[in-house]
Amino acid sequence: MASLKDIKKRIGTVKNTQQITKAMKMVSAAKLRRAQEAVVAARPYADKMADVLSSLALREDADSHPLLAERGKGKALVVLITGDRGLCGGFNVNISKAAERFIREKQEGFESYELLIVGRKGNDYLKRRAGMDITKVHENLVGTGQVTYPIGALLGQEVIELYRSGDYDSVFLVYNAFQSAMTQVQTVKQLLPIVPKEVAEGALVADYIYEPNATEVLDEILPKNIEVQIFRSLLESAASEHGARMTAMDSASKNASEMIGKLTLQYNRARQASITKELLEIISGAESIKS
Amino acid sequence: MAEKLKLEMVTPYKRVLSEEVDEVTAPGTVGEFGVLPDHTSLLTTLRVGELTYKKDGETFHIAVNWGYVEVEDNVMTVLVETAEPADQIDVERAKAALSRAEEALKKLTSEDKEFKIMECALERALIRVQVASKKLH
Repeated sequence: MASLKDIKKRIGTVKNTQQITKAMKMVSAAKLRRAQEAVVAARPYADKMADVLSSLALREDADSHPLLAERGKGKALVVLITGDRGLCGGFNVNISKAAERFIREKQEGFESYELLIVGRKGNDYLKRRAGMDITKVHENLVGTGQVTYPIGALLGQEVIELYRSGDYDSVFLVYNAFQSAMTQVQTVKQLLPIVPKEVAEGALVADYIYEPNATEVLDEILPKNIEVQIFRSLLESAASEHGARMTAMDSASKNASEMIGKLTLQYNRARQASITKELLEIISGAESIKS
Repeated sequence: MAEKLKLEMVTPYKRVLSEEVDEVTAPGTVGEFGVLPDHTSLLTTLRVGELTYKKDGETFHIAVNWGYVEVEDNVMTVLVETAEPADQIDVERAKAALSRAEEALKKLTSEDKEFKIMECALERALIRVQVASKKLH
């Protein structure tokens, strides 16, 4: 049985850990609120963009722009968005596994897949797996601050560049979509070629006036759409990460209090046992003197 | 015939405005254009510039930076990277940015990579100063 001193020491350590997890929970909660606001604020822009795209798709042929045309089923690029830091439950592992499954099962039926990873944790997990072809890793892309639009735009331009070079026939985006602080939804989305949102048939289609002309307008809008989608997924992923960390740290704090409770009980029992023992010794000592 | 036009302006960071207006003038890539209620469907790109709209006899100015406009069914959707209403522009900062860009441009030649970036920065700063000065009148 552990001595009194040992138990006391352990209670101290657990208390220290609990302080840390509590502080991390508070920080994540604050960051989550900010990230959540950013996600909500970005939605109208992305939604409007999707609206415009779908109305465009109604009017234009799929072959009218390189970013719209289907290319066949050769090589696909999978852009995986993970976090740079741990201590957030299954957040990073789950999404990495989702990407791994997507590639292993050859969903969408491409011949080969390559990975572009955002975030250190995704790379840590996938580089040890066989058959995962990682072409590029962006570590600390977002850093500790907020996700800003230029970050998404740069990544978007890089992806478009890769696609345009002809190395890949398709680009997929794998990320955690933010649903609530407790739940993240692992999402796989086709980024390129662009799939416009389906529009109900029989919708009234009037011709557009394009200025300067259709090609130039498409040239501007389609790459923009990629940037916006990546920006949005970065935002969602950031919010999910904070949410996941908050939940993980919350349950860690709870576990710590439970443990402290148990240890305190153990400590008190040990203390009582030693007092009883001492009393017995004194009494028996006194008895022997008497007789 | 509709009397008003709905103007919706959004940036990646927030919804800037959503209002019923009488008239909009926007800086298109091929030139400035005006939109009145019952305009035909239109899709066009914007350059850095000043967007103005009239509402109940009052005129509002907004500095916008790259984007595009869709007009359909009396709804005008403006998607821009940044949008700053005249009364929210920090004139001092805009002027500082302006002189910074001017300085940088003097040192660069048109072959430099940064030349284009600084040129854009100059344009943006110019527009901001121009738009900000309008709120005083």
